[in-house]
Amino acid sequence: MQDFKFNIYDLSSFTHWVDVSLYSYCTPFWAMMWEMIIIGVAMLLFYAVIGLFLVYAERKVCAFMQNRIGPNRVGPYGFIQTVADLVKLLMKELVIIRKSDKFLFYLAPFIVIIVNFMTMAAIPFAKGIHAIDFNIGVLYIMAISSMGVIGVLIAGWSSNNKFSMIGAMRSGAQIVSYELSVGFSLITMCVLAGSMQLSTIVEGQSECWYIFQGHIPAIIAFVIFLIAGTAETNRGPFDLAEAESELTAGYHTEYSGISFAFFYLAEYINMFIIASIAATVFWGGWMPFHISGLAGFNNIMDFIPPFIWYIGKTFVIIWIMMWFKWTFPRLRIDQLLTLEWKYLLPINLVNIILMALIVLMGWHF
Amino acid sequence: MVSLTGRSKIVSNKKMTFWEWIYIPAIVKGMLITIKHFFKKKVTINYPEQQRYFSPVFRGRHVLKRNNEGRERCTACGLCALACPAEAITMTAAERTSEEKHLYREEKYASTYVIDMLRCIFCGYCEDSCPKEAIFLTTRIVDCENVRKNFIFGKDKLLEPIEKNKRIDVTKRQTPNVFEFKKNLKYSHNK
Repeated sequence: MQDFKFNIYDLSSFTHWVDVSLYSYCTPFWAMMWEMIIIGVAMLLFYAVIGLFLVYAERKVCAFMQNRIGPNRVGPYGFIQTVADLVKLLMKELVIIRKSDKFLFYLAPFIVIIVNFMTMAAIPFAKGIHAIDFNIGVLYIMAISSMGVIGVLIAGWSSNNKFSMIGAMRSGAQIVSYELSVGFSLITMCVLAGSMQLSTIVEGQSECWYIFQGHIPAIIAFVIFLIAGTAETNRGPFDLAEAESELTAGYHTEYSGISFAFFYLAEYINMFIIASIAATVFWGGWMPFHISGLAGFNNIMDFIPPFIWYIGKTFVIIWIMMWFKWTFPRLRIDQLLTLEWKYLLPINLVNIILMALIVLMGWHF
Repeated sequence: MVSLTGRSKIVSNKKMTFWEWIYIPAIVKGMLITIKHFFKKKVTINYPEQQRYFSPVFRGRHVLKRNNEGRERCTACGLCALACPAEAITMTAAERTSEEKHLYREEKYASTYVIDMLRCIFCGYCEDSCPKEAIFLTTRIVDCENVRKNFIFGKDKLLEPIEKNKRIDVTKRQTPNVFEFKKNLKYSHNK
């Protein structure tokens, strides 16, 4: 067993130590099993904490934008309000709908949750905290995160309710369309990065974040990614799939108790995932903010641990998405599809060519 | 036609200009408005800890007043019940015995006096109609209850306490003339 020094700036030494000590105690099979269990439990904890915190944050931000103060009774500043809500949801009855497809009905929330976990596995949280580092990480995230719509469609179909069905169909149309924009704006950044591996993408931004390196096309790609990402997570102003005022709650109308809570949490985690991809690809993930030439400034920035950088950036993007949601009214379905197919997609295609040109000519920083 | 507010706009379906059509200025404008609200002072009043300022003539929960010697002013004349548009007030009259002289100001008094707070519309007509300055509406709020019968307030809840320091101050509700008149103890009304 080797010596272990906990270093908050480079957690890979810690993870490496865990790995080596597990392999020295157990057979390789059991060591791998234990590692999987540890990662799974850590992810589960992180998932629950982030989910609950985001629900709280959403309510607070919404309240602030509407000149209210939001939840402030349960715990200091209402901080454990969402925990209380979760306890309430856990104790509520799971209503069984008579003519629903029971197997699919109970399967749907788990599909959504599983997809969330699979996506989270590929996100680099800090230096050395990265469950799987695929060499096609960006592609993997895009492929997996859009699988969530299967859960939504199953939920809408199996509920045997017209509102759920309409909500699910809308969600399907929306995700099929907006997945293109998300993909193309990420491809634009892959052209600049020259890699699809998320760890390489993050390392490539140690001097300067890609949004500054790629200047104009990168900024366009970032804005399009934010818009399309918001649409992909079914959040306002693109929340047609659950449109409270038209469809009661869309695809999760018939869900109650904890299975509703699963959908609700999954929605917020989706937002977190989109925000963390944006932070990783455009804002440098856990890389500190550096200005080349200013050594003193860079040292101060390096002093902040990578995990804080990552969380900070992600939450800034989440805040922008919330700001978006609480500013604009919901789009109509035809406006939604027009926006994607007639404006975002052509702009995106031109943007890729522009980015390719800039990379070829070496005009990036 | 004359516009009442001067804010009305004529609606038209004219074609959007280029700047309107790309929507970005409008989007930026909208987002600036919300961010301005984000940092604004919040309008929420945390009710049980903080209370909104009530006008001294706010019409809230009623009080049955006593006079200076702590004797009930109400003589059960029934004018308040008659004036009440919601018919929320009921009372029964009784005759004062000689041992009860320290409790009731006049020979007739209200042995029960009931206001149904669910019926009451807090119009204040009872206060206006009272010839004896016995009933007043105060700035206090009728508390929440979860049983309907608790909203039927009898004399136990309406009558002010007999101790001088626990009396409910209604001086601000009275017109100056009435206040002056009431200080003058030579009138039988004030005894």
